[in-house]
Amino acid sequence: MRRTYADLHLCPNLRDFEQVSRMVDKASTLGYRLIAIPLPLKQAGEIERLRDLCKETKIDLASRLDLKPRTADELTRNLRMFRRKFEIIAVMCESKNVARQAAKDRRVDLLNFPSFGFRRRFFDEAEAELASSALTFLEINMKPLLTLEGPTRVRLLSSLRRETNVAKEFRVPIVISSGVSDELLMRKPRELASLAQLFDLDEASAIEAVSKNPVAIIKRNRQKLDSRFVAPGVRIIRRGKDC
Amino acid sequence: MFGSKELMDTVWSAISKLYGEHGASRTGLTLISYDMEKRFAVIRVVHTAVEMVRSALASITKIQDKPAAVHVLTVSGTIRALYKKIKT
Repeated sequence: MRRTYADLHLCPNLRDFEQVSRMVDKASTLGYRLIAIPLPLKQAGEIERLRDLCKETKIDLASRLDLKPRTADELTRNLRMFRRKFEIIAVMCESKNVARQAAKDRRVDLLNFPSFGFRRRFFDEAEAELASSALTFLEINMKPLLTLEGPTRVRLLSSLRRETNVAKEFRVPIVISSGVSDELLMRKPRELASLAQLFDLDEASAIEAVSKNPVAIIKRNRQKLDSRFVAPGVRIIRRGKDC
Repeated sequence: MFGSKELMDTVWSAISKLYGEHGASRTGLTLISYDMEKRFAVIRVVHTAVEMVRSALASITKIQDKPAAVHVLTVSGTIRALYKKIKT
């Protein structure tokens, strides 16, 4: 069976619809069958327009919200408000409290850490243990690996190597996304997987991180957002008086 | 537009940056052909270094200070099979 490749973090400028269209086209040409574009809350209405565009290029679009809460309370408040409106919720963890809360909350799909602040990458053993029991995925954006050079890239690679080892140890699934806002920085799924080998992710896991893992999140969340969903494995088949 | 020399300089530089001179020396990198018009090149590498070269090519963002991207179309064991794969 053919693999479905996904890039869950494409960041085109939503005000420039031409660019959005070019990036969606390119994603399709590069072999992606599923993409997600983070939508700012003010532009959440754009999703239908984007869906139509993606339908033309025969690519599946998932709605995504990136949360950047300052406190753990703000995170839980936002999750309560927006969880049922988006297919993916990613949390940019900029403080340890937020990172811990995001890792233990089952409503969070992806944990993301700042690429530049190496002291603010809080993905350690404690974080991984929480993420593992809450079925939260670790997202790694490849854009900084392409744009950074010299010692900064070396330091980033070293942090990523440590984080992937911790993730492997605690069985936290990894999702590799591009995180790019420019078409020239878009790469094929196999190319992203080979870049992931720079931080010691083996080939099979790297390919799963651009195919099986992201697809699993979308599948799980679409089931949950379905009106017939009751609990994992339980859904309404038919409604009526004789049921 | 850029010539084969500029392309290969960029590729060598990307490999050296990521894997060092020791790593680069193990790739056996050679340019077989380059079509400037079609922007299409065939590169030979040692089969054990395919993933190294693939990641190095993916890390290229500029050629001669101009924004550029290099994508791998296909990988094959022989040049004959490679052209056959590309045609189909």
